[in-house]
Amino acid sequence: MTSVLSRLRARFLAGFAVVGFAFHGVSAWAENTPAADPPQPEPVTAPVTADVSSTALKWGADGTSNVPYTFHDPSDENRMSGFEYDIMEEIGRRLGRDAQFVQNDWDGLIPGLERNFYLMVICGIEMTPEHIEAVDFSQPYYMTSERIVVRRDQAGLDSYERLGGHTIGTVKDTLAERMMGERHDITVRGYDEESNMFEDLRNKRLDAILIDGPIALYYGEADPAFRIVGPPVGHVSYGIAFPKGGNIELRKQVDAALKAMITDGTLHRILARWNLWTPEMAAWTGDYTQPGIAPTEWERYIAATAPTKGWKARFDRYVSFLPLIGKGAVMTLAVSACAMVLAVALGLILALTRRYGPAWAAALATLYIEVIRGTPLLIQVLFIFYGLPGIGIRLSPFVAGVISLGLNYAAYEAENYRAGLQSVARGQMEAATALNMTHSQALRYVVVPQAFRVVVPVMTNDFISLLKDSSLVSIITLTELSQTYVRLSSTYFDYFGTGMMVGGAYLLLGLPFVRLAKMAERRLAVSERRGG
Amino acid sequence: MAGPDTSGPAFCVETVLCAESISKSFDSNKVLNGVSLTVERGDLISIIGPSGCGKSTFLRCLNFLEIPDEGTVTIADDSIRRSGGPWKASDEALAHRLRAHVGMVFQSFNLFPHRTVLDNVMLAPRVVKKVSPAVAEAEARELLAKVGLEAACLRYPATLSGGQQQRAAIARALAMRPDVMLYDEPTSALDPRVAEEVLEVMRALDREGMTQIVVTHDMSFARAASDRIVFMDGGEIIEIGDPDEMYDNPRDPRTRRFLLGASA
Repeated sequence: MTSVLSRLRARFLAGFAVVGFAFHGVSAWAENTPAADPPQPEPVTAPVTADVSSTALKWGADGTSNVPYTFHDPSDENRMSGFEYDIMEEIGRRLGRDAQFVQNDWDGLIPGLERNFYLMVICGIEMTPEHIEAVDFSQPYYMTSERIVVRRDQAGLDSYERLGGHTIGTVKDTLAERMMGERHDITVRGYDEESNMFEDLRNKRLDAILIDGPIALYYGEADPAFRIVGPPVGHVSYGIAFPKGGNIELRKQVDAALKAMITDGTLHRILARWNLWTPEMAAWTGDYTQPGIAPTEWERYIAATAPTKGWKARFDRYVSFLPLIGKGAVMTLAVSACAMVLAVALGLILALTRRYGPAWAAALATLYIEVIRGTPLLIQVLFIFYGLPGIGIRLSPFVAGVISLGLNYAAYEAENYRAGLQSVARGQMEAATALNMTHSQALRYVVVPQAFRVVVPVMTNDFISLLKDSSLVSIITLTELSQTYVRLSSTYFDYFGTGMMVGGAYLLLGLPFVRLAKMAERRLAVSERRGG
Repeated sequence: MAGPDTSGPAFCVETVLCAESISKSFDSNKVLNGVSLTVERGDLISIIGPSGCGKSTFLRCLNFLEIPDEGTVTIADDSIRRSGGPWKASDEALAHRLRAHVGMVFQSFNLFPHRTVLDNVMLAPRVVKKVSPAVAEAEARELLAKVGLEAACLRYPATLSGGQQQRAAIARALAMRPDVMLYDEPTSALDPRVAEEVLEVMRALDREGMTQIVVTHDMSFARAASDRIVFMDGGEIIEIGDPDEMYDNPRDPRTRRFLLGASA
């Protein structure tokens, strides 16, 4: 998750940042809150207008590699979990609306907010001045600090000052990175994914990690190999992001709900269950009570992700992955198959146009092919999903994925087919013409079927590439195989086992098509073999 | 005989094909220079001449596989006049009507390799004439029996001998019920024994009254089977005549030289 938010930070980073700027954020929020807010009944059971309550309260987050914010419950991967998830459920309850989580990749979170894919984003977004320029924040819902994580057997790195002279990991563009960047005695290593970072700490490529409290707790302290040491460093506030200047009424309702959750202790209880109640929260809310809530969610997470002992337990865990990998495989296959159908149809039209069409149409087809082949597929996917709504074309992630892959592969297929058409002997077209077939009849019944035979092997390879390239559509929120791999492996720190499983799934998906193509080739080549 | 009467129905009923002043250039190379030929129903015409004399190009101009630059082709009651200029869609539509009267057989057979022999013969009637599958198949089997290929119906072309393939190609062309059959060196790719199978089919068609124009290098076939022989050289028709007469007593020295060379 921080990887995610790090990139948002990078986007708006002004190049300076100081511990405590988060406070500035808080005061900015306070200033934005109308002082003369008329006293309203606490919206505990939602005195909200009917037409508003009739719609779902859609909120966006990146549920991948995002423990303990919003993530897939390791004991039941089909369920979402996390302290931010619980907070949103509670807010939904108080507003009388059905809180609905919308998955989006980090890079798409704020663009998605601007495109109204959801009403708000809650994803550990720090309330820094740079962020406040980009989005409107609710009041803070969480405050914490940066913490130092070391290997359990390591001594001597138990304060921010003593990190000097060492190699320290953190997530890119975080507050921690900016802080350490000002110290020339620290070698800072910035990461995209927190799980990679903790792997490097385990493998002694890092001496220590400085990172947001919740991550330090769930990725560090939760692992028997690591521990949190030393006093907290700095100060971090998280806020819920709304589109700049939009949803003002809703933001006020959310603020009121948060305020009420603090007053009646609900927020305290949620955070306590997650073992995330911090001294910063106590100081901010003035709530120094000990509600006697057991950290049940924390314990459940520890139990669910505990390193498995023995082959049996490990095997059972892998078996439990199967439904999820199966679902991912079905999505991968569905996207790829639909995209291939589109690619074959459009590719054939393009190839025929280039070879037999009028000059202007052939030029257009050539232009299309050159443009598509000359730009990255990733850009095409993002453009179709996020760019087209700008001119009023909104596509679901699945349709956008199919169309972008299909349009892309059509360009490559077109070139294959053109080569195939060229390989058909000229006499075939003449024979068909002499039999008084029209041009299109000759193509359809004589030339194209023969060209098809030539391109079948190439098409098979293309389809297998397409299966693999379909992993790119995971960035537009489709949970297919590779997305499933990222999620499972980052939850369990098991890149090897899950990697083998997902790799196997890709192979299994591809195999039938290799065989199918071999059969088709045999059948089509029968004319050259039968009887000899 | 006189040229075609372009006013239409008065066209001589016995004349099935009439080419008038056909000219054709490839780039600056003039391949045909005002070639005219009239063919009567039931004729078997052989066109002979040295390589590059334009005989194949002339044949291909008759069904507009090559587009003549100038001249008129009339087959049955359809006629196309060319006097330079681009080949337009309306011209192609006319050519489509005209091709309905013409079947063509190629030196390299050009059977459709992805279809069985039966499918090869059935395809054009099905696709072009929308004949029902049952009728098309019955007719195709009949034609294949006629060329001696009833046993090869379900085989693919590549599994057949050259002679069998060329006979299948003839059946395929006959399936469209043409008025005129054009043969472009039909036996040049075949050894003599196999070629004889093909020539026998052509002789049988001649006995049935089919009009046939054959571009050939097979002098003995041309002499024995043709009603008339056309000798071409340098893109022009040098001599048209009765086979025996021409072989025994060629009028033009070029014809004599060619026939001497061919028989040597």
